Amino acid sequence: MEKSIEVHNLTVSYHSKPVLWDVDFELPKGKIIGVVGPNGSGKTTMLKTVMGLMKPDSGYTEIFGQPLDKVRERVSYVPQRESVDWDFPADVMDVVLMGRYRKNNLFKRITKEDRRIATEALEKVNLLEFADRQISQLSGGQQQRVFIARSLAQQADIYLMDEPFVGVDAATEDAILKLLRDMKNEGKTVVIVHHDLQTANEYFDWIVLLNTRLVAAGPKEEVFTKELLQEAYGGRLTVLSKLGDLISDTEFPLREPDFKEDQPKD
Amino acid sequence: MFDPIFIKVLIGTLLLAASSSVVGVFSFLKGESLVGDAIAHALLPGVVLAFIIGDGRNPVFLILGALVAGLTAHYGISFLEQRTKLKGDTAISLVLSTFFGFGIMLLSAVQRTGQGQQAGLERFLLGKAAAITLSDLYVFGALALVLLASVALFFKGFQLMTFNEDFAAAIGLPIQLIRFVFTVLTVLAVTVGIQSVGVVLMAALLITPAAAARSWTASLRLMLVLSAVFAATAAVVGTIISASLPKMPTGPWIVLALGGIAFISLLIAPENGWLPRRKRARGNQLKTQRENLLKLLYGAEEREGHTVAMTSETIVGIRRQHLEGLRKTLRSLKKEYLLVERADGFALTEKGRTEGRRVVRLHRLWELYLTERLGMAADHIHPQAETMEHIITPEIEALIVKELGNPEVDPHQSPIPYEED
Repeated sequence: MEKSIEVHNLTVSYHSKPVLWDVDFELPKGKIIGVVGPNGSGKTTMLKTVMGLMKPDSGYTEIFGQPLDKVRERVSYVPQRESVDWDFPADVMDVVLMGRYRKNNLFKRITKEDRRIATEALEKVNLLEFADRQISQLSGGQQQRVFIARSLAQQADIYLMDEPFVGVDAATEDAILKLLRDMKNEGKTVVIVHHDLQTANEYFDWIVLLNTRLVAAGPKEEVFTKELLQEAYGGRLTVLSKLGDLISDTEFPLREPDFKEDQPKD
Repeated sequence: MFDPIFIKVLIGTLLLAASSSVVGVFSFLKGESLVGDAIAHALLPGVVLAFIIGDGRNPVFLILGALVAGLTAHYGISFLEQRTKLKGDTAISLVLSTFFGFGIMLLSAVQRTGQGQQAGLERFLLGKAAAITLSDLYVFGALALVLLASVALFFKGFQLMTFNEDFAAAIGLPIQLIRFVFTVLTVLAVTVGIQSVGVVLMAALLITPAAAARSWTASLRLMLVLSAVFAATAAVVGTIISASLPKMPTGPWIVLALGGIAFISLLIAPENGWLPRRKRARGNQLKTQRENLLKLLYGAEEREGHTVAMTSETIVGIRRQHLEGLRKTLRSLKKEYLLVERADGFALTEKGRTEGRRVVRLHRLWELYLTERLGMAADHIHPQAETMEHIITPEIEALIVKELGNPEVDPHQSPIPYEED
């Protein structure tokens, strides 16, 4: 199996309380992958850690066998729609063009080629006629499609999307699904954080079942079993959550300061 | 009054105010209006200490002092927020009042020596544009230009930092650097701004132009330009007034002028302004009255099977409406040839009939939709439909017709009158 993402012995805390305990898995290339679990199970934290937005207490993550910084331009990230203020003064095109921003063009003007790529991305999500629309005037589904267009404009090889199906209309859902299949056919990898069990089986080829710890990861036929689902959704493990509270309350460092083990091999 | 020196002062304050307000746009959009206020107050001990330790007349020392104090305050607030259990507003108030208190204490101490008055340290409290020396003006003017240039240079970075910081970090932008530059620019903007308005009123210069500009435009670039224009206008007004009246500080006048601009903007700006919104509501009220009148006549025709004319007295009897308001509605309908005035009263024209039919159709379609799709009882739906018939657009109408499969009758078995073509 060719690897897209590797998560190695990952422990991550939020407000000094561990939300992911020693999570360890590998994901294949060219698949639509769902990261599934109940609310508060650490799905978003996992994605943010892979994107370098949260620092793990221990463990590491790699994309295409390399640290994120080496492959940054091949990775695209779609944050949760609610994580931004849609009253921000910008039109649809402004936001999609953000997908063309890079470290090395931060101080440069937007080029014609950038505009062409952004236009193409808008066309793919069927929002071209809304290019000049204020983002505050969009419906939830349209906002989500703007975010996906921005991500497409990055022209990456792997896409990490945080809950793209939340609060969208049926038309947007269909449009997103069609896009995902097109992307897969082009050999792209898509990783989607998703909390709805009903649709997970239909949307994804591969599933990572999380609930603070890794419950299972693999092809959906192997993971989507009654036993495993029950384990993931059957509430949190009492011992783990008690221990987590204790660590947070007593401000106990999870690793010794000079803890060095578990670094990626160069 | 318009001697060359005054003109220079005027241009100077204009530039100072404009550059501060441009940086303020991002504070405003980040929802960090109060942080700017805290930094402004925190600068006071910085500039007074710079005066005591360094050469009191050298603006470079003042800028350095302001930078150190401003950055300390900013990172102090962040530290309190992240490492203690204090809420954001508490952390801000704590830093603001402590620094400001310290600053006032230092200021009184310096003033007792008599040196402070000489250097015009008092102007840092409420601003006194006319008291700025020309050499100060050149330094701060240059700083203002640097601020404007930096905002232009970092436009993409600041835009993305404000809108979606996680995304900026995810695509590998140097977000720590961008944030640091923004903090330094904020401190410098405040340093520049307090030359004209003083620390006490500085927050107004950072935030008010941005708030006013936002009500006029939804484009970030235009918002930056408008903020600068508003701030510059207010600065000119404030400087002229404070220069003409003896012993008058500049700051309050600038801030009052800004307040005026913001008030007018919130009142009359198209889209978001209060007056245009009220006008739209009024317009919709008139639309409702007109459509109800057409519906009334159409309904009468439907019952009678022929054209019906009604006098305004008859209509007042049925609709229990003020005669005056009704006359206005009738006039507007007549003007657009929806009604014709006959000897026996007002009757529908063909155009008016089509319009009346449309309203009745929407009313009945919506009643049907409510019973079919929302499962509401037939005796509860009339009031809702009375409103919706005026709101539903042709696109929504088409959707309803399609969803309900071209229905023939409404829940009360009245026919749904489609256009024949």
